Amino acid sequence: MNVAKRTFDAVIVGAGGAGLRAALQLSESGLKTAVLSKVFPTRSHTVAAQGGVAASLGNSTEDNWHWHMYDTVKGSDWLGDQDAIEFMCKKANEVVIELEHYGMPFDRTDNGKIYQRPFGGHSMNYGQAPVMRSCAAADRTGHAMLHALYQRNVRANTQFFVEWMALDLIRDADGDVVGVTALEMETGEVSIFHAKATIFATGGSGRIYYSSTNAFINTGDGVGMAARAGIPLEDMEFWQFHPTGVAGAGVLITEGVRGEGGILRNSSGERFMERYAPNLKDLASRDVVSRSMVTEINEGRGCGPDKDHVMLDITHLSPETIMKRLPGIREISIQFAGVDPIKAPIPVVPTCHYQMGGIPTNFKGQVVVPKDGNPNTPVVGFYAAGECACASVHGANRLGTNSLLDLLVFGKSAGETVVEDLQSGNLRLKPLPADAADVSLARLNRLENQKNGTQVHDVRLAMQRTMQKHAGVFRFNDLLKEGVQRILEVAEQAKNTEIKDKSQVWNTARTEALELDNLIEVAKATMISAEARKESRGAHVRDDAPDTAEHPNGRDDENWLKHSLWFSEGNRLDYKPVNLKPMSDDVEPIALAKRTY
Amino acid sequence: MSINRGRVRWQCRRALLELDLVFARFLERHFDRLDEDQLADLDDLLRSDDYDIWAMVNGSKPCENERWKEMVSLLRQT
Repeated sequence: MNVAKRTFDAVIVGAGGAGLRAALQLSESGLKTAVLSKVFPTRSHTVAAQGGVAASLGNSTEDNWHWHMYDTVKGSDWLGDQDAIEFMCKKANEVVIELEHYGMPFDRTDNGKIYQRPFGGHSMNYGQAPVMRSCAAADRTGHAMLHALYQRNVRANTQFFVEWMALDLIRDADGDVVGVTALEMETGEVSIFHAKATIFATGGSGRIYYSSTNAFINTGDGVGMAARAGIPLEDMEFWQFHPTGVAGAGVLITEGVRGEGGILRNSSGERFMERYAPNLKDLASRDVVSRSMVTEINEGRGCGPDKDHVMLDITHLSPETIMKRLPGIREISIQFAGVDPIKAPIPVVPTCHYQMGGIPTNFKGQVVVPKDGNPNTPVVGFYAAGECACASVHGANRLGTNSLLDLLVFGKSAGETVVEDLQSGNLRLKPLPADAADVSLARLNRLENQKNGTQVHDVRLAMQRTMQKHAGVFRFNDLLKEGVQRILEVAEQAKNTEIKDKSQVWNTARTEALELDNLIEVAKATMISAEARKESRGAHVRDDAPDTAEHPNGRDDENWLKHSLWFSEGNRLDYKPVNLKPMSDDVEPIALAKRTY
Repeated sequence: MSINRGRVRWQCRRALLELDLVFARFLERHFDRLDEDQLADLDDLLRSDDYDIWAMVNGSKPCENERWKEMVSLLRQT
């Protein structure tokens, strides 16, 4: 097969918030920048982010980055790297105000400043009371952000390759990254994007679960590509289950609903969060709320005929508040739950929402791997940002509104690092290996000629049900062990997928088969890392690691205060230390403590 | 020039799970039966912003474009 070659200073895979923010940094520096996206950029999943972006602007209540840093470290259950967290919280005001200058229509206070609202896990004065830190544009924050960034990129002459699917990372004999292969859906042809720098910003992989708030495009393409190319995946056992997915559908009800006063109730109408988190109540951190909900359901206090969900009640809010501050919520509730939240509570259940782990990076957006005794050696030419990356700022649990902040700060940081690395001469256009496209062509060839194979839909469903059953909100030793065997069986089936439609152009069956190759890497990483981690921490909660005096919340810092690294080859696990030291002397390390709200 | 069905099918992949769920059912039940004119109408509708399509599908905003009405009505059925 003839493989065309295109050459750029930088190629970015993914055109959501992180990809567009990185692209902007590069294009505005005059670099020749290509952005590849499976879908039109403004149809990236960043659009779905409702709640807001965290920044300690202090417009509505007193605030500062130290408090934000404390909340983020505590939210991460101390698995987050404190240098990266300090960097993110310090940079927050800058990236939000930049966005305001790009024309992002933030909500305003009466005196014209950016309106801020409270959000789960964010507090003032080190956990004492909720703080107003979330900057929002109604419940369309991600949408407004993506449109502002896209327009700005058009102005900066970023070159978009829309409806192109990246296939594989290209590494040379030194292990350096020299570009990607990609398939143009319109022609079915494979091209090589040869570049000095490759940035992955492909978002999350939430479709590995059966019940997920993620759009169908979230198939972990960058994460899967990195894993196949020998890059380890960090902390993949940590998945955030959003407390309020509409029961049965998965569609998300933003935490902003609770920020505006929404209350979770069990079958007897009790506001049960008062028992689990006396201070922050319904606004406690997401994993705490999710676990509390599942406990209520497991102990028979769930709602509905099957007692399998709880209720989110906003009937006490005025219809005007609901219409003005939370307009989209009403329609989602009517469409997918059949109830008008002005009149009746919404049935909700914890639903897979966000991937805390991912491709290991440092605060500069450089992808880092263990090499020659240094667990964080940068891979030359390779960068990642946003949900596909693990900086690690979210650790074992992400706070709401820190994801939009993550993609702005680390998208920009990755872009800045590439610019610096190019200017300092650390990066150059290395020659392509002779076999640069062979792996991708072999994958396509296998798919083309597969006989008596498995069906993509069946294998994907088997994977999703396996993940849901064996690695959900609560985890059990036996189920995890069984889950490892089961997911490895499903992975074998994924090697033999067969598609009936062999057409070259716009072959969506082929695209879905290629996506499954990425999803299955993520699923294996998650199950194997989860089975191995014998403690409870943040979103990873094991039945056999309960809350005891010796191990508060089941957390075992002595043995498990470390990042997991899963390698696809041989399903091998390795570990590296958590960085408990901030990057500057401006702040003391946030000392280990039990996480309570 | 005829519209490529595969392209339109792919462009039913959206940014919002809400629309993915609606379009998945639509693709199963209606898509293969659309004639060329209907396909062109759908193609046109798909160029819209996700939240605008979602607003028409959930009825919070009326569909004012004559061309889109039939497709919006099929999407609402599913």
